[in-house]
Amino acid sequence: MKNHVLRPLWLAIVFVAAILLARYYVVPSDFGVHPGVHGKSFTYGFYRQGDIQDWKNFKVKYRGRDLCADCHDKEFAKIKASPHSIIQCENCHGPAIDHPDNPATLKINRSRALCLRCHADLGYPDSNRAQIPGIDPKEHNAGEACVDCHNPHNPDLEDME
Amino acid sequence: MSCSRRTLLKNTVKGAIAGAVPLSALKFLSPTEVKAAIGDAKVRWGFLVDTTKCVGCGFCVKACKKENEVPYDAPVTRTWVERYVITKDKKAHIDSPMGGRDGFTSRQIKDDGEPPENIPPEEITKAFFVPKLCNQCENPVCVQVCPVGATYQTPDGVVLVDRTWCIGCGYCIMACPYGVRFFHPKYHTAEKCTFCYHRITKGLKTACVDACPFGARRIGNLKDPNDPVTKAILSERVAVLKDEYGTKPQVFYIGLDYDVR
Amino acid sequence: MTELYAVHGLAWTTKELFVYPNEFIYWSIQIVLYPYMTGLVAGAFVLSSLYHVFGQKDLRDLARFSLVFSLALLPVALLPLLLHLQHPFRGMNVLFTPHFTSAISAFGIVFSTYGIIVLSEIWFVYRKFFVEQTIALKGAKGFGDSFKRGIYHILLLGAYNISDEAVAKDKKAVKLLAAIGIPVACFLHGYAGFIFGSVKANALWMSPLMPVIFIMSAVVSGIALCMITYIVIMEWKRFKAILAKGMGDESVTVIKGLEVDRMTKAAKYLLIFLVAAISLELLDVIFRGYTAMKSWDILRSVMYGKDFFNIFILQYGFGNLIPLILLLLPRITIRRLSVALVLILFGVFMMRWNVVIGGQAFSLSFDGFMHYHMPIIPHSLETFKEGLGGALVVAVSPFIIYWGINKIVPSLNFK
Repeated sequence: MKNHVLRPLWLAIVFVAAILLARYYVVPSDFGVHPGVHGKSFTYGFYRQGDIQDWKNFKVKYRGRDLCADCHDKEFAKIKASPHSIIQCENCHGPAIDHPDNPATLKINRSRALCLRCHADLGYPDSNRAQIPGIDPKEHNAGEACVDCHNPHNPDLEDME
Repeated sequence: MSCSRRTLLKNTVKGAIAGAVPLSALKFLSPTEVKAAIGDAKVRWGFLVDTTKCVGCGFCVKACKKENEVPYDAPVTRTWVERYVITKDKKAHIDSPMGGRDGFTSRQIKDDGEPPENIPPEEITKAFFVPKLCNQCENPVCVQVCPVGATYQTPDGVVLVDRTWCIGCGYCIMACPYGVRFFHPKYHTAEKCTFCYHRITKGLKTACVDACPFGARRIGNLKDPNDPVTKAILSERVAVLKDEYGTKPQVFYIGLDYDVR
Repeated sequence: MTELYAVHGLAWTTKELFVYPNEFIYWSIQIVLYPYMTGLVAGAFVLSSLYHVFGQKDLRDLARFSLVFSLALLPVALLPLLLHLQHPFRGMNVLFTPHFTSAISAFGIVFSTYGIIVLSEIWFVYRKFFVEQTIALKGAKGFGDSFKRGIYHILLLGAYNISDEAVAKDKKAVKLLAAIGIPVACFLHGYAGFIFGSVKANALWMSPLMPVIFIMSAVVSGIALCMITYIVIMEWKRFKAILAKGMGDESVTVIKGLEVDRMTKAAKYLLIFLVAAISLELLDVIFRGYTAMKSWDILRSVMYGKDFFNIFILQYGFGNLIPLILLLLPRITIRRLSVALVLILFGVFMMRWNVVIGGQAFSLSFDGFMHYHMPIIPHSLETFKEGLGGALVVAVSPFIIYWGINKIVPSLNFK
């Protein structure tokens, strides 16, 4: 009679083989060690290479002001000439995504809270915040919308037409 | 007998070689070896945050959440802005409500689990804002500890997460000293700042860089000596966060303070 | 609101002072139970090996029980991990693409190796019994018995030889497996300690002592659990004997007498490991206080402040000091021993709790705190899994599994 002692070992080998077989079918072929910042590093470069492309394919939503300028040239020129020229259109108008196809119109954020992000005076002496014209939200026409008086594209009251 | 000894020796050598192969996977390369191995890589993304320019408007956080489809009302975020208010008693009052998504519109410090704290302006000695994001470390611990190879460093130095392979064990979240990782509320996989990989690889800037009206955030190629960001990092006094962990962050800061966590 | 609830950790975490926005208690009760359960597995196995390798004859019955019980605990060590994973169905990825620079990746391989060792050891111990059963059950009528016989046939893998020579081989194999099993069991648990000890971002966890502390406390808890379960089962048998035959019957006193001898012997091993575990833990605390690195301020406020009761009263006081005294006092009784064992099990659990939850009790900012509120009444699958419900499932299942295994592989009163 053959040695029975090794039987559990054979079973274990079958178990390992089953995992390796499953691994062959389940793991994508581009999974492995790929060259990177550290060369071919198992520590930092062990991954499915196709994932890089997956991330590159992620949808861009904020398209930048140049896209806006193509059609809205008048508004664009206006804000370009104002102190608000540093603000991207999409910060207030929302991400363009596939505008004008989808969405056809952008929902503009005209809220007081939006303006207060920069213009609420916090009284921080050495912060860049102090360089921006600031108001005390509780004192300065509390509860009213800023856009009722100020044109965001040309916020200076003196210059408004 | 001598013959069997020879086979024994042979097998020992063979065994030693076989044993050495998996070990080589753990070997650490010297810098020159690394350079030789990646000689043709021309891009290494780096980030420069100028805290002296930040006003705490939070447009970066808002843009990031919308661009990268991180649920807007969830308290987790890929990037956030911290407010530091230092008072005369040398105390640092720090907050970042909702990651600074809605900006800082009040003087009240909103510490977690505490009633809002009013600090009289005359008590304040300095106050500033510090934007935070993934440091895309050169030696990312989060990648080192991933048990399945679901997170990795791209050849241009950005750390990404494979959403199809992550098992959601949370080890990377625990391993990051900067707290930039979290579970995505929808995909339930580890989530982090990707430097807007889909934008920077198309020649765009990241959503947060574009959204910042004050130029407090900049992204550039650290391998290009003419890149304005590289120049600024080389010519100005910059610091990184928590360098004691040996992670070698690639997000550099101008105007970092002792109190910054 | 549904969107909000999907944020992992939000349901049971409260924050205090300044905590980074993405920080939550990501590792909750299941990760407390995971090293606890692995520890029990490792400890139970070490106890059984004491007999097989070192020939501690008086531990024979206890050893056999521990071996089978460690098999029952084995799947339960896996359970908390699976319950904790956000993608449990991808758990196999750990075996498919193990990233060996991660301590967790070793799990698949070490755990499987360990499982194979335990299963084979049991197979060798019980092979003779299986063969005898197939003969005894031959021609048995009724579905139950023939089903049982079928199982024995499958389990035997065709090895029906029970000559003295073959059985001697079995014994040799058991000894060898038990010897290999001890380092593997220690590794299984040591790396669980490494998982925590290697997290450099976490000031409380990062310590090279962590794996050793985990192994020591694992052996302590494993031995304690085996002993207490054994005592309970034997007491139950004695109780049944009393019911059947009355107080004065001989078999009643025999059970009682055997038990005390055996238990005091096992308790000695328990004491050795307990002292080692306590010394290492105290060394760790003292060293942190003495070196007083940057993180010490926040660690101190957690250890001596927020978690003082959990650490010094529950863990060290009730979990270590009192059982130590109870075990060291002369003329030990089964009742006193049982109290000590239960307290030890509780103490090791509190140690796991204080490591896992305590390590997340302070923010990476070193300027804020987090508190874990274990969900008692679940309102979603997640709050069930990572709450009291999930914990109870994990705590109860080893006993249910043991009950099942014991039907096929009887480990009590086995001749």
